[in-house]
Amino acid sequence: MTFSPELEARFERFLAKYPADRKRSALIPMLIYGQDEVGSITDEFVEEIAKRVGVTPLEVREVSGFYSMLHHKPMGKYHVQVCTNISCLLTGGEELYERACHKLGLGHKQVSPDGRISLEEVECMGACSWAPAVQINYDFYHDVTPEQLDKLLDGLKAGKDPEQITEVPKVNC
Amino acid sequence: MADLVKFTIDGIELEAPAGTLVIEAAKKNGIEIPSFCYYEGYSLQAACRMCLVEVERMPKMQVACTLPVGPGMVVRTNTPQIQAARKGTLEFLLGNHPLDCPVCDKGGECELQDMVFRYGAGESRFTETKIHVDEQQWSPVVFYDAPRCILCFRCVRACDEGMGVGALGVINRGAVSLIAPNMQDHLNCDECGQCIDICPVGALTSGTYRYQTRPWEMEHVGTICTHCSDGCKTTLGVRHEQIMRGNNRDRSGINGEFLCVKGRYAFDFYDHAERLQTPMVRNVAGKLEPASWSKALEVVAKKFGEIKARGGRFGIVGSNHTTNEENFYLQKFARECLGTNNIDHRRTGDVTTLVDALSGTSGTLATTADLYEKKAFLIIGADLSIEHPFLAFQIRANYRHHQAHVYTVTADEVREEKTAVRAIRKPRFQEFDALPELRDALAAEPNLVILFGDSVKGEDVRKLVAFGESLGIPVSYCALVDYSNSRGAIDMGLTPELLPGYHASGTPGLNVGEMLAATDLDAFWVIGENPLENAKLSTKRPFVVVQDMFLTETAQKADVVLPSASAYEKNGTVTNGCGEVQKLKRAVSMLGTKPDLEIIGLIAKEMGFAPRMGPWLPDTVFNEIRKAVKGYDIPLPAITLGAQQTMPVNGRVGVQTNPDLVASAHENLFTSGTLGRYSKILNSVIEKRANQ
Amino acid sequence: MYNSPSPLEVQVLTRRFRLPNSHSIETYLQNDGYKAVEKALGMSQEDIINEVKASGLRGRGGAGFPTGMKWGFVPRTSPKPKYIMVNGDESEPGTCKDRLLMQYDPHQLIEGIIIAGQAVGAEQGYIYIRGEFRYLIEHMDRAIAEAYQRGFLGANIFGSGKTFHLATHSGAGAYECGEESALLESFEGKRGNPRIRPPFPAVAGAYQCPTILNNVETYCAVPSIILNGAAHFAGLGSPKNGGTRLFCLSGHVNKPGVYELPMGFNLMRMINEVGGGVRGGKKLKAVIPGGSSCPVLKADECDLAMDFDSVAAAKSMLGSGGVVVMDEDTCMVKAALRIMRFYAHESCGWCIPCREGTTWLRKLLQRFHDGMGTKSDIVLIGDLSKNMLGRTFCPLGDAAAMPTIAFVEKFRDEFEAHLDGKPCPYEKSSKLVAA
Repeated sequence: MTFSPELEARFERFLAKYPADRKRSALIPMLIYGQDEVGSITDEFVEEIAKRVGVTPLEVREVSGFYSMLHHKPMGKYHVQVCTNISCLLTGGEELYERACHKLGLGHKQVSPDGRISLEEVECMGACSWAPAVQINYDFYHDVTPEQLDKLLDGLKAGKDPEQITEVPKVNC
Repeated sequence: MADLVKFTIDGIELEAPAGTLVIEAAKKNGIEIPSFCYYEGYSLQAACRMCLVEVERMPKMQVACTLPVGPGMVVRTNTPQIQAARKGTLEFLLGNHPLDCPVCDKGGECELQDMVFRYGAGESRFTETKIHVDEQQWSPVVFYDAPRCILCFRCVRACDEGMGVGALGVINRGAVSLIAPNMQDHLNCDECGQCIDICPVGALTSGTYRYQTRPWEMEHVGTICTHCSDGCKTTLGVRHEQIMRGNNRDRSGINGEFLCVKGRYAFDFYDHAERLQTPMVRNVAGKLEPASWSKALEVVAKKFGEIKARGGRFGIVGSNHTTNEENFYLQKFARECLGTNNIDHRRTGDVTTLVDALSGTSGTLATTADLYEKKAFLIIGADLSIEHPFLAFQIRANYRHHQAHVYTVTADEVREEKTAVRAIRKPRFQEFDALPELRDALAAEPNLVILFGDSVKGEDVRKLVAFGESLGIPVSYCALVDYSNSRGAIDMGLTPELLPGYHASGTPGLNVGEMLAATDLDAFWVIGENPLENAKLSTKRPFVVVQDMFLTETAQKADVVLPSASAYEKNGTVTNGCGEVQKLKRAVSMLGTKPDLEIIGLIAKEMGFAPRMGPWLPDTVFNEIRKAVKGYDIPLPAITLGAQQTMPVNGRVGVQTNPDLVASAHENLFTSGTLGRYSKILNSVIEKRANQ
Repeated sequence: MYNSPSPLEVQVLTRRFRLPNSHSIETYLQNDGYKAVEKALGMSQEDIINEVKASGLRGRGGAGFPTGMKWGFVPRTSPKPKYIMVNGDESEPGTCKDRLLMQYDPHQLIEGIIIAGQAVGAEQGYIYIRGEFRYLIEHMDRAIAEAYQRGFLGANIFGSGKTFHLATHSGAGAYECGEESALLESFEGKRGNPRIRPPFPAVAGAYQCPTILNNVETYCAVPSIILNGAAHFAGLGSPKNGGTRLFCLSGHVNKPGVYELPMGFNLMRMINEVGGGVRGGKKLKAVIPGGSSCPVLKADECDLAMDFDSVAAAKSMLGSGGVVVMDEDTCMVKAALRIMRFYAHESCGWCIPCREGTTWLRKLLQRFHDGMGTKSDIVLIGDLSKNMLGRTFCPLGDAAAMPTIAFVEKFRDEFEAHLDGKPCPYEKSSKLVAA
């Protein structure tokens, strides 16, 4: 299995972070960064990473199944994650999620037929004071109003990338 | 020995070595602390929370399976708080656990049932939907029914720590966690069934036993596995003269609860459709046709009598699956009644040279227990985990519990390398070249066991013993041999050059190869062996008698075929590769067959040798062996309940044996000579592996 | 900046947050940055640890264990390498402070970590950051690179001849990895199951080596303690509760946000004066004082000093500083359900009471909230929670049980209002009715 030169370089950096006999420490970072490129935790990817960190494929699968950000089926190019945990629940997170379901015609962890958009109801993403919060891939959107959500989702559906939806800017620096 | 610590459990003052876990200390003193995940010998989990106890001066309940006893510690295991905790945890478990006990294989011997009976609530408060996952078949041997799984992780540890395989893992998280096999939807493993055996509930079930019987309908017969030479005890569950399963849950044998796929499942050759159940005699048309026992025996006795009377030549091949009694009786009949030393068997390891080289020493033959207790191991020319799974299991446990040092010198990659301090690859027969570089490391060990395969034979064995002696530390040895009574066959004198107990036979007769090559054999008599599988007799039309369970290549050539009983259908003793004598116990009877001992006795009787041969009772013959074979003079009770090692020689062996005769078949985990060919389960495993 | 500051704040850890380019090493250096570590390099290990002990600093992750004491447990003479691990797995619902500390003042964190390293003779640190905070991982990587460039990290830090390396480590979505031993397992590339303790991380942590493991905020407090002295830090807070704390106000308040307030700050004042009162002029019903694991407080229990001991005396916990405010229109059954859904989702599955208990309770509370509960279910919710409490492998079971018990005990009337097929009184159109 081959990866992009950038990902290869990243893997190399990851492996160099840990003591030489502790390559396994790089497993989870490699899985999550690798997933961004590969699309999901595929069997081939599992085999490859297992080889690189010196464990069995089963040991990789034990790990990959544990972490909720690792997906065994590809999510959309834009993975919309709506938090409905307590602080977001109190500020309209559940309504946002239901709105997104209707707007996208998708349920929890479902992907649009064109593979562009997927939806997930997620647990607390650490944006409680700026609730309700939404993440698209790794980008945060805070204090999201139903109108803003509509703009985001309509934009995505219209084929725009999140960066092009300037009315609703992401908030991470 | 660690210091003794005084403490109290449930008001009883107790003592145990420092470091002893409360759960173990309690058990040793008859106090049961329930647990699912704790399993002696495997890593600690503290996951099931059944073993919570109260400890004075500790605010929260403590987990007895990870808490070492401390001086003055006051433990209570049965307070209202503890009772409530156990009840609560069992209620949680039963929440999702299907209550299909009436059809569950484990019903009646299920630890969850027992726990609920003892500690649980009478009624369920769970009214939610249960999580259902479809049952999966992972191999011909292993089925997984996830909803029944209580996630105690015993199977994962048995496979990884116990077997060194690591074919089972845990996937997903939380309540939807599942045990998973290493190949996504199936297993690639030793198929040993340890995971099934150790499962406290019916989550892992066996392909051969599932839905076959209720456990209480079976009788349990402890006997010795008839496959490899490790000599594992297998407890056969028998219902209506049918073997339903093999296990050793009561840990009553040298192998504790260990069994490999053969010991646990491959008893199934015994009721193969092609099992011979009636004697056959070749008719005038040259076809084998069924005959009565009396007719067949008459034909054999008459022909043997004629040949003996005219001074004709016999060639007799015995087996390394038959009992010591049968082998002793056979050679006695051959030598004393037929007057021939032309008797042999297939030699699979050079035991003879080893016992000769060790003559005059004591404690130099390793026992199976030594493999768990000694400090260092040198494995030469053997894939131990594959050819001798129990010996490998012992060494693995030793490594896990006592950090034993393992050294390997093998031609190919072996599982032992994973835990070896030194692993050297050398082609077969060149293993000796590696020894000089190991010398310093080995000499620094407190003691050593050397196990060697069939590539070390003849003078090499003497050189190896000399090397061992030169290390200046106590060294013991194990010559690895193939089958359940390979060692016993040599001890009982199933060779042309040696009598029972390794006494020279005087005029050596023909060995197997010479019998096949001879052009003037008058009779060729084979008991439980298949020498014509890939060879031909050079003699044209000798009188061939074969005693076997199946119509083997050799039996097809016979003039008379006598159907013999399998090891599971007779009593007697066998001697394992480490020289430990153990008793076979009859589990079932197969209609139409007779034990080889009886068949030999009947032939002798028919020929008029009954007074000379004595009765064909195993105990009577064993008494004779005790007198005739050094080292076998062991008290019967010792082997009735367990095993006793023999050292059959303490003086030089009279005759050098030809090392060229020694060759192991290198059976793997899934092959076992003729028996393997007729084992349905071994064949299905082989087939499954070939298809993947 | 996410929220405008409150005049009631006492800004110690956050004092640089509002400076332009606060995250840059230049800004940090111009504002006392890396002075504490230079001071620490001249101190003995014993002195550093004693200073932290004297400051009254207690773990900011939630348990409130005295930090100096924790550091003191590290066997400094052990021949094994020692590690500094940073818990940046911020995932306790209601908590969003470590994010800001890393975002606005990454060098403060780095400096705190280096000082911890000096205290025990560690030469390597790792910052475990939850996978969702990808931008922060990259942000911290840049800050770490800056520190390497200046020679603050690496083979000869500050020309002292001492070595200290630091790297980030990404998680991948698991609340359980905020538990210190599960974090270590995860760091080692395994499932995030907690470890059997003892041994504690101080003795056998990362790679079974002696390890200091603290929350981001805890390390961030260290430079100030070393620079300004333990007494100064201790004096900011209440007895045995040194310093300030970043409180994350969320829920039904007018001005939600992260505020740095002295330990012991009154909760009602926090809601009304810092948070601008309950949103929409509504009445306060309840507050979760320290993240979703902490038992809920009824409105009349909220006249309370927010330090570890006072909140514990009120039978709740200060936890991770996540103050979740709920107004009179909040359905407490729904709140209990949502919190239990979270714990059922996050239970690692290792031990039976937590794995089975959270899932059972999730199903039960869902059914109950949907209007299909019975009176005996109310008892059962309490019973099942108590059957988890104190019996699970790690604190996650307690974290699920304690708030549930509090919800049932304190708001039993609301549970009863859901009985007999009645739709949730707080929901505009109940799903049951709609269906």
